[in-house]
Formats: sequence, structure tokens, C-alpha cells
Amino acid sequence: MSALPRDAAMERQKALLAGYFDRLARARDEHRPVVYTFVPGNLVELVASFGAIPVLPEINALQSGMRRRSADYIAVAEKAGHSEDVCTYVKCDIGMSLSGNVGPTGAVIPEPDLLLLSYTGCFVFMKWFELLKERYRCPVVMLHVPYQPDGQVTGAMLEYVVDQMRTRLVPELERLSGRRYDEADLAARLALSARAEEDLVHVLESARHRPSPIDAYFGGVYYIGPIFSAFRGTDEGADYYRVLREEVDERLRLGQGPITPDGPMGEEKIRLVVEGPPNWTSFREFWKMFADEGAVVVASTYTKVGGLYDTGFRHDPGAPLPSLARYCLGCYTNLGLPSRVDLLERYIRDYDADGFVVHSVKSCNSFSAGQLVMLRELERRVGLPGGFIESDLVDPRYFSASNVKNRLESYFQMLLQRRLPAPETAA
Amino acid sequence: MKVWIGIDLGSTTTKAVVMTAAGEILGRGITNSRSNYDVACAVAREDAMTTARFELLRQAVDADPERAPRAAALVRALHHAFRGEQYARQLEALATSCLAAAGAPERPVLEDLFAALRAAAGAASGDGEAPRSGGEFFRDLAGSSYLRLAEEAARTGAARFDRLMGLFDRAILKVENEPPDLSFAANIGAAVERATAALTHGETGGADDVERLATAVRTVFDTPLEEADSVGTGYGRARLPFPKERIRSEILCHGLGAHYFFPRTTTVLDIGGQDTKAIQLDAAGLVTGFQMNDRCAAGCGRYLGYIADEMNLGLHELGPLARQSRRPVRIASTCTVFAGAELRDRLAAGERREDILAGLHRAIILRAMSLLARSGGVHDEFTFTGGVARNSAALEALQRLVAENYGARTLNVSPDSIYTGAVGAALFARRGAVESGACAA
Repeated sequence: MSALPRDAAMERQKALLAGYFDRLARARDEHRPVVYTFVPGNLVELVASFGAIPVLPEINALQSGMRRRSADYIAVAEKAGHSEDVCTYVKCDIGMSLSGNVGPTGAVIPEPDLLLLSYTGCFVFMKWFELLKERYRCPVVMLHVPYQPDGQVTGAMLEYVVDQMRTRLVPELERLSGRRYDEADLAARLALSARAEEDLVHVLESARHRPSPIDAYFGGVYYIGPIFSAFRGTDEGADYYRVLREEVDERLRLGQGPITPDGPMGEEKIRLVVEGPPNWTSFREFWKMFADEGAVVVASTYTKVGGLYDTGFRHDPGAPLPSLARYCLGCYTNLGLPSRVDLLERYIRDYDADGFVVHSVKSCNSFSAGQLVMLRELERRVGLPGGFIESDLVDPRYFSASNVKNRLESYFQMLLQRRLPAPETAA
Repeated sequence: MKVWIGIDLGSTTTKAVVMTAAGEILGRGITNSRSNYDVACAVAREDAMTTARFELLRQAVDADPERAPRAAALVRALHHAFRGEQYARQLEALATSCLAAAGAPERPVLEDLFAALRAAAGAASGDGEAPRSGGEFFRDLAGSSYLRLAEEAARTGAARFDRLMGLFDRAILKVENEPPDLSFAANIGAAVERATAALTHGETGGADDVERLATAVRTVFDTPLEEADSVGTGYGRARLPFPKERIRSEILCHGLGAHYFFPRTTTVLDIGGQDTKAIQLDAAGLVTGFQMNDRCAAGCGRYLGYIADEMNLGLHELGPLARQSRRPVRIASTCTVFAGAELRDRLAAGERREDILAGLHRAIILRAMSLLARSGGVHDEFTFTGGVARNSAALEALQRLVAENYGARTLNVSPDSIYTGAVGAALFARRGAVESGACAA
């Protein structure tokens, strides 16, 4: 993380994280329950309203990847018996846990008092928490969140999820924290969430401009950091997004492009939409492969796995639990393939993209399955060729820089070539 | 005259093509991609410039219609003599390097060994064929003779075999990475003399021929080949001493090159040393989509090279042997690392070599079929490029599997297939301004 573009929002994010890990380290002394939960469909406002602190294991895993610790953690997990084919987020987390559970700031992350599964679209999440349950001997609350094959949240689905919150989750949080459920407190948090969501959408949609002032994938993963983790529904989270919004507006006003780890980006030559998560172990190198070719990502689906705010959803202080249920149901990973294709098509058109890249991840079968079919369907609908690359989340063994670079360069040159008149070739 | 150059720096070989303003291929050069890419690039380029000169020479001799029929034979004789000169220069460099590193006891053995190599090279220059055949470079040609002579020397107890081969291995790297001057200008004079001797004494002509050749050589020598632009491609393209805007992806170059050879091409399969690409083209030869192997290079050309080594066969012998198979063995794995073990297991189980080889070829093509399917299928016409396209068993397996999966397709393989990427690069160069992705035709 040392090579980040430095600006006020980035500094603020760094301070947020440092404060968060400090609070976590003091959690035991302050008798605050620690709740492990996953990013998609997370219920952090509800957790925080009981004074508990959320921990997000995928975020820890990806940060380990960026800090180049994941290879060692994965090796530890494999030594403990986990197969090479298991999701590398899982192995990275298990390996980190077995190695003392030290977080990015050097402070130990406390053991969980509760494992909260509020999203079940990823089957591996369940197995992951089964493993953690075995290790930490703590309770698990699992909400069953219906899949959205048609991209429609029905009243029955909402009711089903809200009912599970009321009857399973809230009583467990009350028991753990010794506090009563306080809907007014939750509503106040959700109002802060909605404010931050509004600003985040503004930031992401700034990429509709030419040149785009942001990179909505590589830069985007930093922008979603606070809102996808422990800072939704907090004052400091809402403030971060206000500062970020102002910064992006300023870049927009000055006609500036995105800031990359190597400084301001040069001319915007190619506008792209990206499907799939980034590679974390070679994140900077991966970003450079795009930035060096003048390729800017103007929209991405990965930045929606923790909430599809740009399609209009906001957490609603007027209906706290139903709004949280709708959020659980609506995250990107819970959508069926047709809805994902629709969303990508909309991004390509709305953001005036020249092409789209699918990054298929070895670790994640549930997310990567069907991506080639999506690619073909998108090509057919928008009349643009798609690029396809393969690597992994946090296992450096599955990132072949030369192979990925070769494919990306070829793809970018292919897009640029399309803009020219047909060549005359002598035979 | 103005020429455009395309260079394809592959993982196994480096190819260069010299193209005219009219889009004709004037020269082709090829060398092994040694550890030093800059040198490989320079050698291939020089080689292509040399063959371009010989093509001009053939045209100059051809210009006299009465004598045209003999032109090709004359130029071939001179070209052969030229190759002989190049070989001799490299042999001297190898001898110098070997002797400098040798200890006192080995020196006389090496003196004898190189004397025998020189004599063999002199004798070989009389057979009318250039002492270089497809895919065999100085390292291979000199190496096989050296190895034989070193074995003989070891048998007589004059020197240790491993010591002699160690000297060769070090010296050949030096010769490859710091090659002697192999250019047209530096060698044509001696080549003319060498050819004159052959022509005067042989049956191919006489004083008249010698005079014609000398005139043509002077004409060609006075024709400057002006390099208007060059574009590089291939696996090692990032290492080419070219500015970024003069570098093109090999996928685009293979597409355009395939279109050059077969303008009706829609689908291209390229199997190179360490990657396999399935490419779809539009009517102008521009890439509309592609798929290639991921980080694992199983089933690429290098796999066949490994199998050939395991079987103690030349790469070119694999295809013909596999085609003798009557009952191909079913093999699913194309992992190069496991290939040796798989092979030995099958041989131990009593399977015939040709049946195992046929199975291995089919396995490679099955992997390519998967990439083709992922890229959008096989459409008419279908062009097969890359080193593996020269393998008859791979070609046969591809033909069969394409017919089974997609129906009848016209399958093209150019005899110049290995130059496809370099031709594409030369075409990009010829298109003129190659700035920031803009190449005006």
C-alpha cells in the first residue's frame, strides 16, 4: 500500500484504517463484541448499533495479498491440510489466523465472538465460517438470502430476510452485547450510510466525463474501501466520502485524469468496463499494464459487490431492517447472469466505453462460472470485442505477468486498430 | 530501394522479413533466440537483408531473358558459397574461442578436431546446396559434427568427452552472442571467389556465368536497401531495441500475416514454442477476438521439443513417425513436465512409439480445439501458423478434429508459415506512421 497516490482522501482513509485496527485491538478490554462477517450483504450498521466491531476476512485477505504476505499464509494453510484448489481468500485467512492473526498495522485482530453470514450466494463463505467455527468455537448466525435469478427483489424475499434478522440475528446480538435493539440508533447510522452512498455514486459517475477524473476499478477499489467495510454508517465514513467527492470534483473542474501509483495518468486513449475482481498480489503491476497503455476503467462490477448504489439503492432510515434486507439481496454477487450482463451492457453504453475486459479468477468458481458466456452475449449486444484474462485473487502463483500483459496489450492494440480505416494489404 | 522490416522475436526462433513498397516479401531471416535478444534480432535482420540481396540478385540475373532458365541455379550456387563463407567465419570464431579456453593437453586435440571440421565444411560446399536446412543453425550444424569428433577423440583416450563438450558449450555462446560479421557486404567478395572456383570447375557453367554473376553482384551491391521503418513483435518484443510505438502484439501480427498469405482467412490457430493462440479476423485481417493459453503452456511447441529429446529424435521426425500409427493411444495430459514420465510409462506398458506419439499429437490439438471454441469457433477459411504447423501429424489431427466439430473447412498452411508474425509486423511497418496506435495505410 506504500505506493498509493497521496491526496487528502487517501490520507484520511489511512487514518480511518489505523483507528479501526486500534479499536479492534482494544475491543477485549472495552468489552466490545467482535463480529466476523463478509463484504457482500454485510450488516455493519446493525452490528455497530450493538457496540460490536465488524471484521471482514476477505478484506484482511486482500490486504495480505497487497502486502505480499498471502503466499506465506497460503503455504501455512496448505500445510494444515487445505488443498491447492481451495479459494485462496479462505487459505490466506486461515493461514493468517494460524500465524497469529496480525493485521496490517501490526496489531493482533481479536478472535470472533460471532460469525455472521448475511450472504449465502457464495457457498464457500459457509464452508469458510465452518472452518472458523471449528477453530474459534463461537456461534454462527446464518441468514439465508434468496438468490435473484431474475434480478427482482420480491416482497416475500424481503419479508423472509427481515424475519430471519428479527428472530435470529437481533436476539443473538442482544445476548452478546447485553444491549437492547435500538431502532432509532440504527436509523441514524443508516442516514449516514445513505449520505456516503450518495457521494460515492457521484464519484463513480464522474467517470462518465472525458477524460475520466478517476479510474473506477484500480482507483475504485480504494474508493469503496471504507463503505464496503467497517465505515458504513459512521461519521468518519461519511466525512471521507465528502472529501473524496470534493477532490474528484476539483479534478473534474481542472480536466485532469486519474492518479495512478506512478503519478497522474497520461492521455486517456481507451475507456474500459471491467468485470471481475482485481489481482491483489501484483495489484500495482496489474494497474500499470492498463495505465501505461492509456487505458482507463470507467466502470466496473467489482466495485459493486458490496452494494449496487448506482442503480438507485440507498439505505433507508425510514425502514431500517427492510432496507438492510434489500441491501443483502441486491449486491452484485447475488445477481443471476442475465442481470449481470444487463448491468455491464448499461455501463458500456452509459460510460461510452471502447471495450470491456473480463478478469476470470481461478479461486472463485461461483463468480467466474459463466463469464465467457457473458462475454459473448455482451459482444453481441454492444458490437464491441471483449478481452479475457485469467489469474487469481491472492495466490501469486496464479498471476503470470507476461501472459496477462500480452493479452491486455493485444486487446488494447486491437481496440485502437478498430478506429482506423481498413488497412490495405497486398497479397 | 525502400524496404520495411518486420521482426518476430519468438521464444524458440527469431524471424525477420524484408518487404518492398509493393508488399512483396524480398527477404526472410531466421535464427535461434539465444539468451541475448538484441543479438538474435540483429542476426535475423541481417539474414533477411542478405536473402533480400540474393533475391535482387536473382532478379538481376533473370533480367536477361535468354539466360533466365539458368539464373536460379547460378544464384543458388553463389548463395551456397555465401553460406559457406558465413559458416567458415563462425567456425573460426568457435575455434578461437575453444582454443583460448582449452588447457594445454586439449589444445592439440582441438587443433585436429577443427582441422577436420574445416575440411568437412570445404567438402560440403561442393554439393550445390547451401549448408543450412530448415531450422538448423550454426549451433546445430557445427555442434553435431563437433560432438561426433569429440566422441572419437574420447574413444582414443586423447581427451575427456565432457571436457571437450564443456569447451564447446561455452564457446558457442560466445559465438552466438558476439557473432562475427556475417553481412552481405563482408562476405560476398569471398563468396564470389568461392563460387567462381565451383562454377569454373563444375558442370554448372563457365567463364560466361562467372561474368554474369559478377555484373549482377555489382548491380545489387550498388542498390541501397533503405530501411524505411520496422516493427517488432513476438514473445520477446518488449526486449526489442525498438520504441514502444514500433512494437505490435504478436496476435495482431499473426492475424495480419495469415491474412497476407490467405486473404480469405477468418480463423487462425497459431501454435508457437510457448503459447497457443486462437484468433478471429475480419475481412481486412484485423483481429476481432482471440483466446490464448493461460500461465500454463502445456501442449505448446516446446512440448514436442521435449518429447523429441526424450525419444532421441529430431523434431522433424516426430510427425512422420506419429503418422505411422494404427492405434493411437488416448492421452489427456499435455503437461510438459509429466510428458517424459507418461512416455516412459506407456513404453514400459508395451505401447508402440508411433501410437504414443499419435496420442500426444492429438492431445495437443485437443487443447488447441478448446481455445478455438472459446475464441468463437472455426470458420472458413482456417489458417494454421507457427512452428507446429510444420508437423504433419499435428496438421492431420487438426484436420480431423475440425471436420468432426465444425464440418468441412478449408485449412491453409503456408510453407512460409514460420514467418507469419514477421510478415504481419512488416505489414504494420509498411503502413507508415505507427504512432500511438495510429497506422495510416
